[in-house]
Amino acid sequence: MSDQKDEKKTNRRDFLFTATAAAGAVGVGAAVWPLVDQMNPDASVKALASTEVDVSSMQPGQSLTVLWRGKPVFIKRRTEDEIKKARTVDINDLKHPEKDEDRAKNPEWLVMLGICTHLGCVPLTDKGDYDGWFCPCHGSHYDTSGRIRKGPAPTNMEIPKYEFVNTNTIKIG
Amino acid sequence: MSDHEYTPSSKFGKWFNDRLPLLTLANHLTDYPTPKNLNYWWTFGGILTFCLITQIVTGLVLAMHYIAHADMAFSSVEHIMRDVNYGWLLRYVHANGASMFFLAVYIHIFRSLFYGSYKSPREIIWILGIIIYLLMMAAAFMGYVLPWGQMSFWGATVITNLFSAIPLAGESITTWLWGGYSVDNPTLTRFFTLHYLIPFLILGLVVLHIWALHVPGNNNPVGIDIKKPSKDTVPFHPYIVIKDAFALLMFCIVFALFVFYQPNILGHADNYIEADPLVTPAHIVPEWYLLPFYAILRSVPDKLMGVVAMLSAILILAALPWLDTSKVRSAVFRPLFRQFYWILVADVLILGYVGAMPAEGLYLLIARVATAYYFAHFLIILPVLGWKEKTTPLPLSITEPVLGGSPNLAAVRSDEKIEKTIK
Repeated sequence: MSDQKDEKKTNRRDFLFTATAAAGAVGVGAAVWPLVDQMNPDASVKALASTEVDVSSMQPGQSLTVLWRGKPVFIKRRTEDEIKKARTVDINDLKHPEKDEDRAKNPEWLVMLGICTHLGCVPLTDKGDYDGWFCPCHGSHYDTSGRIRKGPAPTNMEIPKYEFVNTNTIKIG
Repeated sequence: MSDHEYTPSSKFGKWFNDRLPLLTLANHLTDYPTPKNLNYWWTFGGILTFCLITQIVTGLVLAMHYIAHADMAFSSVEHIMRDVNYGWLLRYVHANGASMFFLAVYIHIFRSLFYGSYKSPREIIWILGIIIYLLMMAAAFMGYVLPWGQMSFWGATVITNLFSAIPLAGESITTWLWGGYSVDNPTLTRFFTLHYLIPFLILGLVVLHIWALHVPGNNNPVGIDIKKPSKDTVPFHPYIVIKDAFALLMFCIVFALFVFYQPNILGHADNYIEADPLVTPAHIVPEWYLLPFYAILRSVPDKLMGVVAMLSAILILAALPWLDTSKVRSAVFRPLFRQFYWILVADVLILGYVGAMPAEGLYLLIARVATAYYFAHFLIILPVLGWKEKTTPLPLSITEPVLGGSPNLAAVRSDEKIEKTIK
């Protein structure tokens, strides 16, 4: 190393260092990824992705809670009054503006995840200041469309993917 | 640090010590010069070591009977309580041990706050302590999930949902933490694994914590630098050992009162109901030691900002050595700081109280004021106090105020004379 022309130009050794480090990083990344990804939902959890529910016995005003992917899903057959309440609200008054028409395709049936969007508790049905749902954990009030009206929750309760297989059966997921 | 070279007396000891200097280490630990004015608030380090070992030992044997499966966890805990020999005792010691651990750690932290033990040159000890505290909270939280009762399940749901506040990646992170779309069996098994791992991480950090302590040596109630070893110090053994042992004994009496007379008073009755994903208990509350932070979380009306505030409340402590600008360590010589210190203590207790109450009306208002004050203490009051406060004069040594400050100066002088004449 005595013949240094004191230039800091890159030489073959620098290239080797960089290439080795890069290859090493890719290798470590590839080795670590399985360790991280094993924590994601596994095949058996994903396999339980849809549930069919028979709703033939439900009367207007009644609601049903079913378990889908380990989470409660509220199925509510709404009364005329409840539908009217949900549809006459001025959309600009809402914290998370969503039309009831977009949340309940069939106005009589509201299907949504029964999970408070604040920190995941299960709200109580037909409670709260807006006669919809009330979360006892931190006091979020939802209306008859499951939209957040008061309290700490940031968004409306989520609408899962669902469809009517026939008039009596709802398939969630 | 004792500077003298240590040589084992026996030939074998010398042979061994030359190859692995364990005896030098043991000698350092026994001779370790300690300020002679340490009061009982300094005994909680030893008490905490005891707590950690108790948790590891009882946890180890509980794991021999516990089954980490969503269908069996709850009944396996009942099996421990009813069938396993002394199972009730082991579980009650472990469950109440967690509370005792936090009780001791809060006293330890507030001692440090009062006497300025976090200040230069002890910042690393302090930050290691904060990391240990964070790991303790993680371990306690996951341990609380394992019995798979209603509070376990819903506590886990609420806490893991905190991560969903993270913008963009939040949902995927929570799903990843759960191993599913809600808290379920995969969540339980991984929490059990981590609950088993964390105490050993804590143990490693405790070694570093003590190592870092033994470089500058203990702070002391007067908060001044002292020469070590000197007239101001005593060897760790037997002086501190016996004092720590006595304090530990007193602590164990309190511990035993809980274990044998009120083993469930710090828990929640709801946790004796098996986890049900369809029903949320009417009032979810974390364990008492997390309540102040829970109150901070709930006092902020925005989900993301609430989580940020809660985490900042803990992490702000790590910046404390630089936020407190005063050169004087001990509150004994800081008349203003002393008052603010006690206001902070009251503030944290108030936060703990409102954390256990429903987040509405007056409670919410109090929580907001107390949260604002908590941050103001660290971000405004402490930095300003360092500039403005007139501190009282510091003694030159630990011995000086005892002898030099005594009203009977004549006695001191006559002592000096006697010393001189002896010489």
